[in-house]
Amino acid sequence: MKNFRRGIKAGFPIGLGYLSVSFTFGIMAVSAGLTWWQATLVSMCTVTSAGQFAGLQVMLVPGQYLQMLIAQITINIRYSFMSISVSQKADAKLRGIWRWLLGFMMTDEIFAVASQEETVGRAFFAGLSVLPYLGWSLGTLVGALLGNVLPARLMSALGIAIYGMFVAIVVPEMKKSRPVVFVVLFAVLCSCAFYYIPALARISGGITITVCAVAAAAAGAILFPIEIKEGESSK
Amino acid sequence: MNHTQFFLYLLVLSGSTYLIRVIPFVAIKEKIHNRFIQSFLYYIPYAVLAAMTIPAIFYATAHPLSAIAGLLAAVLLSLRGKGLTVVAAFACAAVFVTELLMSVL
Repeated sequence: MKNFRRGIKAGFPIGLGYLSVSFTFGIMAVSAGLTWWQATLVSMCTVTSAGQFAGLQVMLVPGQYLQMLIAQITINIRYSFMSISVSQKADAKLRGIWRWLLGFMMTDEIFAVASQEETVGRAFFAGLSVLPYLGWSLGTLVGALLGNVLPARLMSALGIAIYGMFVAIVVPEMKKSRPVVFVVLFAVLCSCAFYYIPALARISGGITITVCAVAAAAAGAILFPIEIKEGESSK
Repeated sequence: MNHTQFFLYLLVLSGSTYLIRVIPFVAIKEKIHNRFIQSFLYYIPYAVLAAMTIPAIFYATAHPLSAIAGLLAAVLLSLRGKGLTVVAAFACAAVFVTELLMSVL
């Protein structure tokens, strides 16, 4: 129960950040022709940002189920790496049916916070999922029903919340470890290249992140392999 | 869009996203001992977050200048060891104040 509550607290900034993103999704979904309940249902069943925005584009044209599948796989394949990473840190209770249930909530931000843990407990991960799920669903509902009601200045400020969290996770580790500095710079240069070089800029954001992250982490793993902690596997 | 089409799209969208997340999570039960993979898995969170943050952060607010102010606030507070919530809140505040100043000046 203590860990569940700790998870809920850790999920608060994520839930807050999700409000502004899903709010935008709700507005866009309705203007693309979905009803308010359809928009909300998409968010409640999927819980992913880039994938849903891309999915909306595909939905505008009927019958493109294969395109939908391909778009989702390329954009979301990064989640597979996150799941593998968390599987290595999961505690003994986070098994079986719990992985089927809680794996649903493996978002970028939840993964980011979970990867800060020495071992990822079932209760912590469950708690961590609560507010982001509510934020994502409610934000979509409110955006779909009311449109743009929040003052633009507040939306703009909330837009940076998620990135602020990311910085708070990456920077302290960069301070501790030179190889992490290398990996981070590699990934940043790569994603800037995909964004600013016109020929590469047409490639979807989700796949860009995956390519850059995999390349940077692989380069780091080859150049700076970590020390294997002995006796850690004794469980 | 009719209901059948919507629900088919929803099924493909949410079903594929769910399976991408859950299959590796359920399938990998053992500890991986390979040193390359262990190193890769140690670096991957930071690589993902870095690639997601830059350059996207510069376009997450109404103006790149306010985003830069938010980023600077976040980096400074992180270097001082502040936690996620505090860093995120002050990044938002920095954006808000910067945009307020920009509208006045």
